[in-house]
Amino acid sequence: MVRCFLIHTVCPVSALGSGESRVLYSRVFGPDEAAWSDRDRGLGPEERRLLQKEKISVVARQVRSAVSLSREASGRLTVETVSGEEALALQEADGGVARLRAGDPFSEETSALWLAVQSLGFALVCEPHENLLLAEGTLQNLTRHCLETLHLLGPGSEVLLRSHRIDALLSRLLPHGQLLFLNHRFAHSLEKDVAAYAAK
Amino acid sequence: MYAHSSESLIKQAREIQESELLKFLSRLGKLLQGKELGHEAVDSLQRLHLILSATKYTRKLPPELHKRVKALLSSPTEQFQVLSSAVLRETVPPCGQEVNYNQDNVLQLNSHAAALLLSQAASRADLSSLCAQLLRGLESRPSEGSANSLTHTLPMLNAVLTLSPECLTEDHVTLLSKKLVDWLRYASINQGGGVPSGGFFTGPRSRQPVPTAELDGTVSGDFFTVLCVGQGFTEDQWMNVYSFSMLRHWLLTYHSVSIGNNTADTANRLQLSLSLSLSHSFSHGKTFRGPSLHCLVEAVCILDCVCGEDASLVYRTFPCIKALFGRLSSDLSFARVLLPIAQFYLNHGDMAAVDCECVWTLVFGRFPAELFNDQYLAHELLRFLRLNRESLQLRVPRYSHSFPNLLKFLAWDSPAVVDDFVDLLPSLVTAGTAVELLHTLLDLPCLSATLVLQVRSTCLPISESGGRGLLSLDAFRSQSFRGLFLFLLRGEAGSGDTIDRLSTLHELLAETADWPRVVHCAQTVPVLLHIFFNTVVAVADEKLLAHLVQVMLERSSLLLNIPKYNKEIQRVFSTHLLRLCKLHPSLVVDQSHELLEFAGATAKVYSKEEIYTHVVWVLGEYLSVSCDSRCSVRLITSCFETLEAVLFEITSSGPPPGADCPAPRVVTSLMSALAKLASRSHDLIPRVSLFLSKLRTVTRGGPVAWCSDEEDLVAIVTRGEELWSLLKAPGVAQSVLTPPPMVTTPQWHRDTNVAMPLRLRALTNLTHSQ
Repeated sequence: MVRCFLIHTVCPVSALGSGESRVLYSRVFGPDEAAWSDRDRGLGPEERRLLQKEKISVVARQVRSAVSLSREASGRLTVETVSGEEALALQEADGGVARLRAGDPFSEETSALWLAVQSLGFALVCEPHENLLLAEGTLQNLTRHCLETLHLLGPGSEVLLRSHRIDALLSRLLPHGQLLFLNHRFAHSLEKDVAAYAAK
Repeated sequence: MYAHSSESLIKQAREIQESELLKFLSRLGKLLQGKELGHEAVDSLQRLHLILSATKYTRKLPPELHKRVKALLSSPTEQFQVLSSAVLRETVPPCGQEVNYNQDNVLQLNSHAAALLLSQAASRADLSSLCAQLLRGLESRPSEGSANSLTHTLPMLNAVLTLSPECLTEDHVTLLSKKLVDWLRYASINQGGGVPSGGFFTGPRSRQPVPTAELDGTVSGDFFTVLCVGQGFTEDQWMNVYSFSMLRHWLLTYHSVSIGNNTADTANRLQLSLSLSLSHSFSHGKTFRGPSLHCLVEAVCILDCVCGEDASLVYRTFPCIKALFGRLSSDLSFARVLLPIAQFYLNHGDMAAVDCECVWTLVFGRFPAELFNDQYLAHELLRFLRLNRESLQLRVPRYSHSFPNLLKFLAWDSPAVVDDFVDLLPSLVTAGTAVELLHTLLDLPCLSATLVLQVRSTCLPISESGGRGLLSLDAFRSQSFRGLFLFLLRGEAGSGDTIDRLSTLHELLAETADWPRVVHCAQTVPVLLHIFFNTVVAVADEKLLAHLVQVMLERSSLLLNIPKYNKEIQRVFSTHLLRLCKLHPSLVVDQSHELLEFAGATAKVYSKEEIYTHVVWVLGEYLSVSCDSRCSVRLITSCFETLEAVLFEITSSGPPPGADCPAPRVVTSLMSALAKLASRSHDLIPRVSLFLSKLRTVTRGGPVAWCSDEEDLVAIVTRGEELWSLLKAPGVAQSVLTPPPMVTTPQWHRDTNVAMPLRLRALTNLTHSQ
């Protein structure tokens, strides 16, 4: 099961300290683990939401760090792409997977798969025993859709103002965090559905 | 790409004034009262979501508005379902509007409303009743309207059992098992008809049923699998997809639950035949790409699970897995599939009495050597090692000898995998390979540089020249230095601890010291060294420890010249030299020759201050008869003379050109060590006293060339005076400077004189009420 999916900055943001990341979209799946963990039992719903937001921030920071170290090591220059060149942007994207230890931030160990397209990072946090090949493919698919539907290569702010499109996309390709084994026909059927939603 | 406009939007959303927010909320409330909700409502809801989600502190909605938004969850327009669910997930319900998990009819909810329900579950009881309702829905035949909710039942159940498997009762588990078997085995093999008229589902058409096809075009066989294609899909075919997607997790969660013989049997046979058929078709020349590759990995994992439950299935399954291995092992692009196969061999190879050597040759040989730069493979392989390290240590002898290969993952991408190596390194430390491992760890940055050169070498044509990395790349390609690099790139331990021409190698790689990969790697070495030393004390005998001390002394001046690297390594060495000598004081006498050689080199005072100080200290502390009976007067005198010579040299003139003054700590350590040695061989006392009084005289005359700071000089002189006074009474000096073990390891409660007062004091404290 995928615990969460997020889109966040991997470039320096003036209002934040170095190494910090601005979370632009986040979606946590399933019940909140804080609801019955022994440690967090006494927390009310507001505190639990706060805790969840902090956990997401931790993930974003870890991925940001992994991205900058990876880019530093590979020494590749980031290729600037514009709207319409989504496929190229995806091809040039850096990718990797980071191990998040138990407790940091989720109660069990998790794996954070990430893709970094220029100044944005897309992260999928899943259970370590999950089929990582499938998760990788799903992340690539989601990223491509997000880049296209939200025109992320352009200067706009649709990731903030059209987040419901991402929700709709996730409800089909990653329902309640479930990774799906979709052959191209099943995938095509779902994607047509997504396109129909976006057109309304 | 990330625009200033986004930053300011977030800022606005966070800092919105209370009055402005209330105005916006009341406008929204009025909008939602209208009959027809259009784009304005969508945009407003989206803005509300932004305002709520931009801050981690929860904002509450006015109760009326909350009710209206909640009502949108069942709107016929999906946009409003999505938006209301998203908005409500970012806030908490006002008093009296909390969700009642027993009342709401879960089956009528669409996926977005159900997601809200899941996210707000606050207790196991909530989840249990949610599960009960979902399963009730699965049991009965779905009517037309609720078709939508059925498909999301499985993902929802999967989400629940990820975090809280006890929410399903035994009956639930049995029921769900049966349903999964139904969908996996008996889903229709006919296509869902022509172009669907919106939504996933197509009802049965009044046409000739057209069977689904496999990925390569052939007509589907016995039963439907996730790899069957068609123009459209029926509902049960979708359920097949969802079932397969959660199958492995299901097996992992409930393997220990007895779900009734009959169902278990059917389930097992189904899973087995399904997976076998997948693997079978792959073994026979079909191409693997994308989805088929994912399914192949999954199938192998499922078979592994199933065989774990029922060992009798191993005999039927192994030939298939073996054939698959044979087919894929020569092509490294299938490495990710070969790992689950390796897990299968590890788990069941013994039972089937199969020779697994070829598998380990791949996993410990070719994968790290040739695929060290595949970050996903690295992650999965290292995870495989972590999970199975005990088993591997027992059953795969070559495991502990494969560290030169495994460390390539670390050398290439340290930040991503250092965490894994922190866990794995202890299992790679054995008495037989410890020395070689230590050398390898110290030269990890060299390995890092070499791997970069190797990759560059294959990318750049031979004739390419100019640009960075020219010298090292040339060296890498030249015949005369081939041996050096080949040693670093070796796959297995056992061919030698290190090479003679290490300094040559370091020179050749000097320009790589600022390459990012090399720098990242160098930063992880100290941590690994700590783990190495902490582990090795448990497995090493004195002979090995003595060897390790020698390596530390030798290598402290033989490292790749990366800024700060040298200092960090010295610090680690100093810590562990102390620890080792404290644990085995006789090491000092044993290695006195090497230690004296090190301590006698005056140049080290200036270049290796940290470790030099510690060597001097251990000599002073442990070179005594009470630590090792082999310690002779001659040895003490010889050590004394060596240290005395160095102390004379560094305090008689200024530092050599280019060097700083010696650190005060070095001077005082030397003085203390001399005093300690003299207290054990009283003939030497006059010599020390003479030196110390001369020191006092010289420093009274004004500043000295070898100490630039007046306070430091005062401290040195003070220490000198203390030692001088102490040595005036040799007996006292001996008991202070060479205390018997009884004093250094006090057990006061055993001493007849000390114990009584201590006991009385303890009793008094306990009984007196304060």
